[in-house]
Amino acid sequence: MSNTPSVWQDISRKGLWQQNPGLVQLLGLCPVLAISNNVVNALALGLATTLVTALSSATVSSVRHWVPHDIRNPVFIMIIASLVTCVDLAMNAWLHELYLVLGIFIPLITTNCIVMARAEAFASRQPVREAAWDGTMMGLGLTGVLVALGALRELLGKGTLLAGADKLLGPAGQQLTLQLAGPDYQFLLMLLPPGAFLGLALLIAGKNVLDARARQRAAAAANLAPHAEASPAP
Amino acid sequence: MRKAATQARRSALTLAAFAATATLLLAGTWLATHQQVAANEAATRAALLAQALPAGSFDNNLAASAVPLPAAIAQQLAQRDAANIYLARQHGQLSGVVLEAAAPNGYGGRIELLVGIARNGTVQGVRVVSHRETPGLGDYIDLAVSPWARQFAGKPADSHWAVKKDGGDTDYVSGATISARAVSAAVARCSDYYRTAQARLLQGQP
Repeated sequence: MSNTPSVWQDISRKGLWQQNPGLVQLLGLCPVLAISNNVVNALALGLATTLVTALSSATVSSVRHWVPHDIRNPVFIMIIASLVTCVDLAMNAWLHELYLVLGIFIPLITTNCIVMARAEAFASRQPVREAAWDGTMMGLGLTGVLVALGALRELLGKGTLLAGADKLLGPAGQQLTLQLAGPDYQFLLMLLPPGAFLGLALLIAGKNVLDARARQRAAAAANLAPHAEASPAP
Repeated sequence: MRKAATQARRSALTLAAFAATATLLLAGTWLATHQQVAANEAATRAALLAQALPAGSFDNNLAASAVPLPAAIAQQLAQRDAANIYLARQHGQLSGVVLEAAAPNGYGGRIELLVGIARNGTVQGVRVVSHRETPGLGDYIDLAVSPWARQFAGKPADSHWAVKKDGGDTDYVSGATISARAVSAAVARCSDYYRTAQARLLQGQP
């Protein structure tokens, strides 16, 4: 922890890949399964969650010295619920179009375990800036998974990509929508919850394959040295 | 014993302090946003109301033309005790009505609707005000999601309102028939009501 730049890199690497909330910690599955049936909803909810995770981690970290250990959970829940409500009200007032689309899901961010998990596991023990960075990176890691799963399900389920982008970006977004199959194409399984489970399983498997390949390459690079992973520990 | 009591008191006071701060924060945010939120909701409602009838088919202020429906009819169309009918006028003559209706039997519960009917009884526009249909599946009834609701525009009063699966004319999305069926049935009830009440409505009496 003495080498400052590597702390930030380490936090980013953990949030985006090594401890990715969606693929490794498997936290926050409720929104991952419910919202990931198209890219636009997934992206919007991912960014809203990132905002809340960053804000709540920073807040929790800045009050960590005043919170007695045995009542930390109620305090953290209160902080998170208040922040989510503020974001909900602010979006309703100033981003009304988007709020009409995402309205039901914003309050659900409170119940997303990843926000609480980062408050408990990281923010309550680390300085404010590190905590805010950790919250942002964990949020972006979840956003990445949501968008990948959303793209997979939208593509296989409806044959489109970025349908409804105008809700997020204004009228210009309409041109971003890609229609890759006939307008009547539909594969219902991918749009319904089972599609989310199957898609998530594929993404986790894909990450494990990439990790295994990276380990193999690392082992090959250290070629003549004895295989640390293969040999049983004494 | 004494130590535990002191600690408990300290915890309680800390928790109360955090609760008070959170309350202040929420109250502040609400005060800063509630006028904007109310204005947004009124604007959304007014926009939906104006879309229920073709632009240019009325020259009065539709939102201000609300007349309460009799309780029995409100119960029949909207399944609640109070619902409004908006009377659209052109040069002082009734040119159409917009009914506050509801479908109680959506997949996720009530679907609140505005149904616009022209003077001659043809349905002009159906707009979903609020619903809890499955996002990404049953929410196609909402014009913000898909153009499905436009198919009702211009349908005469004697249409076959049922969905195609049940032998009617209304399109639906397979796997989410319940949403389309609920909305079609609500539109049919509004159309029937207008047919029976037309003579009275022309006098401005719902």
